[in-house]
Amino acid sequence: MLKEILRILEKDARTSAKQIATMTGGTADEVSKLIKKAEADHTILKYKTVVNWDKVGDEQVSALIEVRISPQRDVGFDSIAERIYRFPQARSVYLLSGTYDLLVLVTGKTMHEVAEFVTTKLAPIEGINGTTTHFMLKRYKEDGEILGDSEEVKRQPVIL
Amino acid sequence: MSTRVRGISSQIVNKITPSGIRRFFDLVASTEGAISLGVGEPDFATPWHIREAAIYSLEKGYTMYTSNLGMPELRRELARYLKKSHGLDYDPETELLITVGVSEGLDLACRAILDPDDEVIMPDPCYVSYNSCAILAGGKPVMVPTNEKDNFEIGAADIEAQVTDKTKAIMLGYPANPTGAVMPRDKLEQIAEVARRHNLLVISDEIYGGLVYGTRHTCVATLPRMKDNTILLGGFSKAYAMTGWRLGYAAASQEVIAAMFKIHQYSIMCAPTMAQVAAIEALQSGDDDVANMVEDYNRRRLFMVKGLNKIGLPCFEPKGAFYAFPSIKGTGLTSEQFAEKLLMEEKVAVVPGDAFGQCGEGYVRCCYATSLEDIEEALTRMGKFVGKYRK
Repeated sequence: MLKEILRILEKDARTSAKQIATMTGGTADEVSKLIKKAEADHTILKYKTVVNWDKVGDEQVSALIEVRISPQRDVGFDSIAERIYRFPQARSVYLLSGTYDLLVLVTGKTMHEVAEFVTTKLAPIEGINGTTTHFMLKRYKEDGEILGDSEEVKRQPVIL
Repeated sequence: MSTRVRGISSQIVNKITPSGIRRFFDLVASTEGAISLGVGEPDFATPWHIREAAIYSLEKGYTMYTSNLGMPELRRELARYLKKSHGLDYDPETELLITVGVSEGLDLACRAILDPDDEVIMPDPCYVSYNSCAILAGGKPVMVPTNEKDNFEIGAADIEAQVTDKTKAIMLGYPANPTGAVMPRDKLEQIAEVARRHNLLVISDEIYGGLVYGTRHTCVATLPRMKDNTILLGGFSKAYAMTGWRLGYAAASQEVIAAMFKIHQYSIMCAPTMAQVAAIEALQSGDDDVANMVEDYNRRRLFMVKGLNKIGLPCFEPKGAFYAFPSIKGTGLTSEQFAEKLLMEEKVAVVPGDAFGQCGEGYVRCCYATSLEDIEEALTRMGKFVGKYRK
């Protein structure tokens, strides 16, 4: 039941407990309780909106930054990752396999702002051996949603 | 010399009536802001990997005719699919034919097996083509009433009561359009028994076979000693959201396929090549798409059925396809009046049940393959409407 609720909410966070109950066969009370519990134990972290900021002319600069680090005794990569993810500028932080260790998504208002963050805050952290910054040129898809004008499914109004 | 004045259209064409609700369709199209529950197809576009396979085939120049029977690779995939999902063994060389949708399959099946005045038994209500295909092939449809009390499942005894020495076949379409009914295995076994006893063929339209909820669909050909006298018709339109591609198939005995093939060869040549390439991709890697869509339809199904019952339109639980078929008898209106007034007054389009046969009178077909917001809004409007007309 919980998994089913989460799948529905992941698609549309605004689906009401009552609607979910009708679709899954439970009662609205049961659904609300399960959602509250999932919120409390951080199964549900947050409800967000996927926005295409280009549409409102609000430009944003994003960069993906490859970070190479020396793992530390006992804590491995975790403590350096924490030092990075505590900065609000770091929108997402992942540990990866391959030629570098951490991938950090940074957003800012200007290119200068992002560069400033990387050179003065990120790169100097002890244990970081090097960074490579890739500025993002265009967003095509965000969190499973295609940006720009999505395709239109055009159906005949009545078909037998 | 005959002095009879001859009309332009043939006598056989004159025997079938154009869909009586054409006028209603036009009305829906011209009503601004109408929410349509009148559609008969998925609201998903074809999964991208299937479209991509077809686009690639065009780039590679797959633009010629295929074998009349359909691409050998598609028939092999289809044979594998029928084996995997139903345990059925069909020879891809002689027992499978790729058609232009189940629509062509129905037409071919009727023309291949019917002699003038042969009778075909079919449920009432049923999909609109069954009746006309039988007539156009020179046959005579014999309708067997089904009702809500029996969940619109057709009864073996009712079929047997209609069998005459002219009866050639039984036409079944489950999961059903318009009712959403699914035939339980035991009832289907009784019908198979009747078919065997009277040596009748069964034409089984299983286009909605992949869309069942909380139950299993029994393929008629899997019943004991039924494979040889069943013409199994299936397609890609509904389960893979590929209605516009027009691709289906027929699976039957070598003799039946050979007969259907003769007609197909001269009237169609072959199904569109790019659609066949897309179908190969669908069969090879479309299982997850179908499972996801079924999960999604099921949520909306529960929402629709519960909603209809709540606003005073009693509705039996449809276990398949994507239709609910609520009774509107409590309003005192006929199906057509209901549909027309509902459209004019509340801007919701549903299909009057009598479009699918006399036994559909008193019901309307509501398709739930549409967004949850639209279903919710439609239910609100319908609730208001029912409140006004309830006796």
